[in-house]
Amino acid sequence: MKDQSSVVEILKGQFGDAIQGSEVFRDQLSVLVSPEGIAEVCAFCRDDDRLKFSMLTDLTAVDFLPRAPRFQVVYNLYSFRDNDRLRLKVPVEENQTLSTVEGVWRSANWLEREVYDLFGIVFEGHSDLRRILLWDGYVGHPLRKDFPLHGVPQKVVYR
Amino acid sequence: MGVENHLPPVLTVPLEKAVSWARKNSIWPATFGLACCALEMMVASSASYDIARFGAEVFRPSPRQSDLMIVAGTVTKKMAAMVEKIYNQMPDPKWVIAYGTCACSGGIFNTYNTVQGVDQFLPVDVYVPGCPPRPEALLAAIIKLQAKIGNEKFSDRPDTEGRLIA
Repeated sequence: MKDQSSVVEILKGQFGDAIQGSEVFRDQLSVLVSPEGIAEVCAFCRDDDRLKFSMLTDLTAVDFLPRAPRFQVVYNLYSFRDNDRLRLKVPVEENQTLSTVEGVWRSANWLEREVYDLFGIVFEGHSDLRRILLWDGYVGHPLRKDFPLHGVPQKVVYR
Repeated sequence: MGVENHLPPVLTVPLEKAVSWARKNSIWPATFGLACCALEMMVASSASYDIARFGAEVFRPSPRQSDLMIVAGTVTKKMAAMVEKIYNQMPDPKWVIAYGTCACSGGIFNTYNTVQGVDQFLPVDVYVPGCPPRPEALLAAIIKLQAKIGNEKFSDRPDTEGRLIA
């Protein structure tokens, strides 16, 4: 098990300003990262020998509607070698794009498609960014806070 | 073939009874487990609950070889097109059991992607509420369906030109 403060030290030492803060909640470490450098931070987390977070277990987003920045994309990382977890949180504005981490972990392909489908966050550099859970002509992004629960009437029906 | 259109009633009634007896005691379900209710449906074919007593242990993977579709689980709007396609691929006579509250009426999900009951686009014969219903409820539904099939007459199922199908 790595020491959690040392993970933050290593990241801050490498990236300085891109690391905007960290918090520990019930032994879970979350690090706030700025959106510009996220692909480099992720590649560093995967490749650096002291960290070795080789698995992206989840990539989701949260909508904090009245607050700005509106979204926060969350990357949950896991290290097999050390049995250790890390969470990276990236604040994203409403129409801001984020660079993809598909080159770092291939599983991010579908995970980013899911975030695009349900929240509308566009990932630059993604090889195939289209809807994955809902059908292609669907209008709206359901997991946003201003989307009604019952959905909006759709013109295109899945066929 | 139309033979039954020309038989006198004294022969038709026992023929109807024989045909419906054969149909009801060998209902072959098509596996259509979509969500959690699928597990209860699978358990119903296990040793403790034994759906084989009712002739239904042969869960055909192909809809073309089955005559009962047990819709077990939540039907999403994206999946509804495929459920309908599979139903259309089943040959007549065919029956539908809506197993679980999501298939009966949408269940607890009244959201942007759930169909509020599979009877929005399919003719359902037996509804089984529950979340999930116990496997014994599925067996009770099969028994009820067997009673329904037992009372069927040839005139209930005409083909597209109005002839009676045996």
